[in-house]
Amino acid sequence: MSRPTPLRGVHESLGATLTDFAGWLMPLRYGSESAEHNAVRQAAGLFDLSHMGEIFVTGPQAAEALDYALVGHLSALEPGRARYTMIVDVEGGVLDDLIVYRLAPAEFMVVANASNYPRVAAELTGRAKGFDAAVEDRSERYGLIAVQGPRSAEILGSLTDADLEGLRYYAGLPAVVAGHEALVARTGYTGEDGFELFVAAEDAEPLWTALTEAGAPHGLIPAGLSARDTLRLEAGMPLYGNELSADLTPFDAGLGRVVRFDKPGDFVGRAALEPLKDVPSPRRLVGLVATGRRVPRRGYPVVVAGDGAVVGEVTSGAPSQSLGRPIAMAYVDNGLSSGLAVDIRGSHEPVEVVALPFYRRKK
Amino acid sequence: MSSIPEDLHYTKEHEWISGIDDGLTLTVGITAYAAEALGDVVYVQVPEVGATVASGDAVGEVESTKSVSDIFAPVNGEIVEVNQAVVDDPSLVNSDSYGEGWLFRVRLEGTADDLLSPEEYTALTSGES
Repeated sequence: MSRPTPLRGVHESLGATLTDFAGWLMPLRYGSESAEHNAVRQAAGLFDLSHMGEIFVTGPQAAEALDYALVGHLSALEPGRARYTMIVDVEGGVLDDLIVYRLAPAEFMVVANASNYPRVAAELTGRAKGFDAAVEDRSERYGLIAVQGPRSAEILGSLTDADLEGLRYYAGLPAVVAGHEALVARTGYTGEDGFELFVAAEDAEPLWTALTEAGAPHGLIPAGLSARDTLRLEAGMPLYGNELSADLTPFDAGLGRVVRFDKPGDFVGRAALEPLKDVPSPRRLVGLVATGRRVPRRGYPVVVAGDGAVVGEVTSGAPSQSLGRPIAMAYVDNGLSSGLAVDIRGSHEPVEVVALPFYRRKK
Repeated sequence: MSSIPEDLHYTKEHEWISGIDDGLTLTVGITAYAAEALGDVVYVQVPEVGATVASGDAVGEVESTKSVSDIFAPVNGEIVEVNQAVVDDPSLVNSDSYGEGWLFRVRLEGTADDLLSPEEYTALTSGES
């Protein structure tokens, strides 16, 4: 059986279509997923992300422990700021992509994907041995609600005295929102401005209700995982299990910039990754836009138009609301940037290779 | 849950068929139950007019944000008309599954076998939900 989030009752009362995602019972959509997608692009959407994992690393050597455990340079992170980073195995394969928040000089919160966080917590615990630092998986205690979209700041601002204007992208601060203590972070997975609110599990439902009421006049609606997936795809953001896996290094995924060889000391994966940093990967992650209306989907082969030679594979694909055409991300052999097609159930549909992201919000 | 019209026939593949009692030309669409399960339909491929089809043949597809499903011929016959409006605006499958969202018309050859009554289709879908 799938595990419910603290907001299950809310989703059911809203008539959501629920689905299993990484062992969790999650809202796929509440009504039309296209309308939910468009609400986030034009106004705001409300997401339940309580399936994500929150792992705390605390103690005098918490920063050093994370420098060793992850590919990023977390000891250089200022308190109140956040960083996108990864945890890799000794071979350099990606175990998860993470956002790490430095809440205080000796307190970090590592946010991991639902499918991976038990493994991440176990790896962090093992890697922190020998450091004066404690690792604790507090995922069960937290609910996570995201408000995403151009109206997010107005909506959230009506419920808190916190200085949201001073809160930069990839920063977080403790705040009281509608009477509930929350860690408010200016992060997201949609390509829009927005906030993620980490709250005690029992506060998730009243906070959701308060945000729904405050947001309704601004056009905020609840949005499910289906919209979340098309939003992140348009924004060119990788999804673990699709674009990222233990079989790929950060370099393979075109995200080598997250690997900080310039930080002090050894880290898990350094020996394996160092020789790869200047070697081109055989394939690269590209964006594809279909010429026709059929949708390239995960696992479909990318082929050379005409002779049909397989030169890649689609990792994610969906109809794009913002472009009005199907889009996809795919790993494709280096050097190929035109004359490609995707084998869509036997017929070769032409695609154009484009730079990621597909969609960039206007500032 | 949307109600299931009582004047139609159905298939296990969640298609509806009208005109069984009137004559030789049957209209085929997908049910509201199926449309709801698919989510927003973004692409519909219909068969070609004039094509000869056999019951159970995959003759087209319906694609939504998250998935793609085949459309099957419910009977043996010849495709005599397709709904260009639904090709141009696939959301008709969601908004008017039993009306403007029809997919194609087929001239029946032989008999229409193995179709479900409204009662049988109701039982099928309540068993799945």
